[in-house]
Formats: sequence, C-alpha cells, structure tokens
Amino acid sequence: MDLRKIKKLIELLEESELAEIEIHEGEESVRLIRSHPQPAPSQMVQLPAAAPGPSGAPAGASSESSESSRSSEEEGAPGLPDGDIVRSPMVGTFYSAPNPDSPAFVKEGGTVSVGDTLCLIEAMKMFNQIESELAGKVLRVLVEDGQPVEFDEPLFVIQRD
Amino acid sequence: MAAFKKILIANRGEIALRVLRACQAMEIRTVAVHSTVDRNLKHVGMADESVCIGPAPAGQSYLNVPAIIAAMEVTDAEAVHPGYGFLAENADFAERVEQSGFTFIGPRAETIRLMGDKVSAINAMRQAGVPCVPGSNGPLDGDSKRSARLAAEIGFPVLIKAAAGGGGRGMRVVEDPDDLIKSIALTRQEAASGFGDDTVYMEKFLTNPRHIEIQVLADAHGNAVHLGERDCSMQRRHQKVIEEAPAPGITPEQREHIGTICTDACRRIGYQGAGTFEFLFEDGQFYFIEMNTRIQVEHPVTECITGLDLIRAQILAAAGQPLPFDQADVIINGHAIECRINAEDPEKFIPQPGQVDSFHAPGGPGIRVDSHIYDGYTIPSNYDSMIGKLIAHGETREAALARMRVALDEMVLGGVVNNVALHQRLLRDSGFIEGGTNIHYLEKLLKL
Repeated sequence: MDLRKIKKLIELLEESELAEIEIHEGEESVRLIRSHPQPAPSQMVQLPAAAPGPSGAPAGASSESSESSRSSEEEGAPGLPDGDIVRSPMVGTFYSAPNPDSPAFVKEGGTVSVGDTLCLIEAMKMFNQIESELAGKVLRVLVEDGQPVEFDEPLFVIQRD
Repeated sequence: MAAFKKILIANRGEIALRVLRACQAMEIRTVAVHSTVDRNLKHVGMADESVCIGPAPAGQSYLNVPAIIAAMEVTDAEAVHPGYGFLAENADFAERVEQSGFTFIGPRAETIRLMGDKVSAINAMRQAGVPCVPGSNGPLDGDSKRSARLAAEIGFPVLIKAAAGGGGRGMRVVEDPDDLIKSIALTRQEAASGFGDDTVYMEKFLTNPRHIEIQVLADAHGNAVHLGERDCSMQRRHQKVIEEAPAPGITPEQREHIGTICTDACRRIGYQGAGTFEFLFEDGQFYFIEMNTRIQVEHPVTECITGLDLIRAQILAAAGQPLPFDQADVIINGHAIECRINAEDPEKFIPQPGQVDSFHAPGGPGIRVDSHIYDGYTIPSNYDSMIGKLIAHGETREAALARMRVALDEMVLGGVVNNVALHQRLLRDSGFIEGGTNIHYLEKLLKL
C-alpha cells in the first residue's frame, strides 16, 4: 500500500467525523486513528532515570541528567537489565498498541521474532511501524504509551536468543 | 507581551546559544534540537526542553526536516528559529513549517525562493532600482556566440556564476576570451553536481572591490529599516575572517542612499524579518550581488554600533508585531570589529576538532564574546570549525582595534589548534589598520 493512498486516507479521515478508518487490501491493511489532542504536558514529563528523552529538566540540570543517563545505559547500570537496547530511529510519539482498544504489540516477558512490530511512532500524522531486528525475549519496555520520544531514545531491552 | 510561548531552535553551536539567550531574556520557552554528538552543547543544557533528532551527520539531523517538525509537534513549539546555514534559507523547510501550523522565524518561503535563485534575485533587485553588477541579466544558454557577445559587451575579465550557488561557491573567473566557452561548460558541470542546477549567468569581474553589506529588518506591517553597513572584505576563499561596522570611508550620505534603496526594495518585495543585501563596492559605486534572507554570523558588529537586538527584533516581527524601532532610532555609535575564532590549523586552515581543556573569555568595556565553548567541551568533527566570535567595540575604529588586540592577547583557548595567532597578526597589519582593504587583500597577505 503506497504512501499516496495512505495520505488520501488520512485526508478522508480528517474531513469526516470518523474516529477510525481501517482498510484491507489483499493481505495488507491499514488502520488510521484520529489522534486525540494530547494535553500538552505543562508539567515536565517525568522520565525513567535511565532514558534521556525530550528532557524537561530545569536549566542547567538537564545536561547532567542526560550525561548520567547516557553513562548508565552504556554500563548497563542500575535500572536496566542486560540485553540489547532497541532505540528509537526517529522523533515522534510512541504508541505501544495498534489502537487504544487493542493489546500492546509486545509485553515484558513476551518473545519477539525478527520483523515483528514492536510499536508505532507517529510523526506528522504518519504512523511508522518499528520492527524488531532481533529475536528474543522482551525484558523491559522503557517508554509509556503516548510518550514523546527522541532519536536514539531507548525503547525496549531485548534478550537476544 | 510574549511574542511566542515556545520556540524551537533548529541549529547548533554559537548561534543556537545566541537565539536561546534572546528567547530566555524575552521569557520564551526554548526547545533545543540536537544530534547525538551535540548533547553537551551549552545551549542544550540551558534549554527548557531538548530533543535528539538524529545521528551526527547534518543530513540526518540538522537538515532533517521531518525530524525537526516532529520535534515541534511533540514539544508543542509555536515557532522555529533556523539560525544561519543548515535550513535557514531552505524555502521548502519554511513552507513545510508553516503548512504544519507553525511559524518560521524569517521571510516568507516565496521570498526565500526568490532570493535563493541568484538570477531571479538580481532581476527582482534590478526592477526595484537596486544597482547591480553589469552582467548577462539572465541565464546563459547553449549559444556560444551569444555568450561571447555578452562577454565582449560586459568587458573581460568576466565571472561565470551558478544561479543556485552563493556565498562564493560555484564561480569561475575568465580573463582570456579563448577560455570563455570551456569555463562556462565547467562551471555548469560543477553547478549541476554541487547544487543540482546547472543554470549559470555572467557578471563583470570587479578587480578590486570591497565587500560591503547592508543589514535590514522588516515586519509584516510594511515597516522596513536599515541598520547601516558592514565591511566584510577580509576574506579567505570567500570565507569571512574579520568583519567590521561601519565600513571605513563610507559617508552618512552614502549610507543613507544605499540603505534607503534597500528598504524600498524590502517593501516592494514584501520582505519580512532580518536580511542582508550584499554589495561589491568599487570606485564609489555599490553593485548588488546577492541577498541573504537570514540572520548572519556577523550580526553582532551591527548590534554593537546600534545598540539594537536583532534576534529579538526577528522574533517580534515573526510574531506579527511591528518592529520595536524605526529608522530614526537607528543611530550609529562608534565602531565594532569581529574576529571569527576557528578550530583550525593556522597554516593549512584545515578544521581540527578536539577538546577544549582551558578557556578564558576576554572581557572589559566594549568586549563581547559569542561562543558556546567551555572548559572540557569537545568539538565534534562533523560541523564547521567556527567555535566563537570575538567582538570589540570602541568610540572610534582605532579604539576598537586597540581593544581587540588586548582581547586576543587575553583570550585563552587551550587544547585546540586555532586561528587566534592569525588574528593577532592581522590586527597589527598596517594595511588592515589603515582600513578599506579589498576582498583580495587577505589572500595576498597570506601568500607572503
């Protein structure tokens, strides 16, 4: 299913009063969900200590926090189990499930195969499927549904088979 | 009255810090976007929020339009300041920002596009009554006879220039008529591979011009002011090394005359924001070569002599407010010089990244340091080598020069190879001290 079709579907969705559109074409399908206006976090988002995210630390503190969290990832230090860290390839909003009513793509303790969808990251009204490059067990899910993520942000820890 | 609630700074290094300073002084919240190797940038640590947008290569980070727009979405930024370089003069970026519902701090996309094409820019300026370098008045075509005729009319030596070039890139001098057609072909090839557009045009090559540029500011209400000129003739390979304002020898009448031509042109084309009209100045005449539709590296010298904050004015203008000053408020006071401090080999001018192990910024009356570096900062290898600007202001040019000498001697920059010694030499050079040297002066001096 090509990008132009998807863009057209997005336009359709926006112009209508629909909340969702799902289209099946052969073996492919696309589901588009009207994003609920997220209340802009007026408080800074509290991030797990190990993950540098779009940081909301007060002036001066954020450089230290991003430095310390970087080193903690590199050492696999407290908070992160040993394993491969899957990092975000882009900036956007993280969604753990295909839609609000569905179960999450992956759960802690679950297994994944190469090519399995781990999550969606949405940017500019486009939902991107993030696929696993490893097979293994999901040890930790590091971000929450609806959380903004930056490039390279740790998303999952996977224990390679 | 807050112009914006939140601005995303789509740049790095010293200009990102400059923009952040302006935003914080205006109580505007800031979002710093950065690449993976720029987490430790000074302004990133100071910003209210930061978003890593990609790996080190600029193409995947600072030039990554979707990543920057996505960062604006997730942080709810209202506006983006593009700084200089990177996407600052990218009309497509400006357009996509606006289409996504945000404000681009700068001129409208169509203006950026108009001025980005050097041929259309010259046409627009000519129509607006701005004096231009005698030239082909349009692109060259495949007709060799026509090109030869044009060159004969203009008079050798001529310059073949890429329409999509600028900043000294994509140009070739032709002294000998026999070399004309080959030079045109070569410049076309370079333009096609360098800028994706092989359109070239021809101009008279001025033998000993000075580079004098006019700073303008305009708002969305039809107000346009000029803030005088800068002399940027001290260049090496089209890269400015030292800039100063005002230009030695330019009279208030000349300033008023060329400044008014520029502000009239701004109004005519609906220019918004900060901009610079670049001229070659020879034998008392100004010749327009190109317009830069962004804030420039050397803006501090203009700020010093006028006492006005150009970044603040850019932000207010982009927010739809009228300019905070009018032409009568622009008063030239004294003289300012700027030395660009680069982390580069002093002889070969090759960028040399490294770690700053000791940094002491000079100070005192009339000294301004615009730099993002600090003790322990590691300069990444992926970006340009400029690590700061040292600016000296004085009541007279001599006073500014004297203060600059002291400041250069006082500055400590340990751990990185740099061009401070070059600046110390230039500030003691008799030709530079006399003032009014042309754009070839520095290269000739360096060859000696």
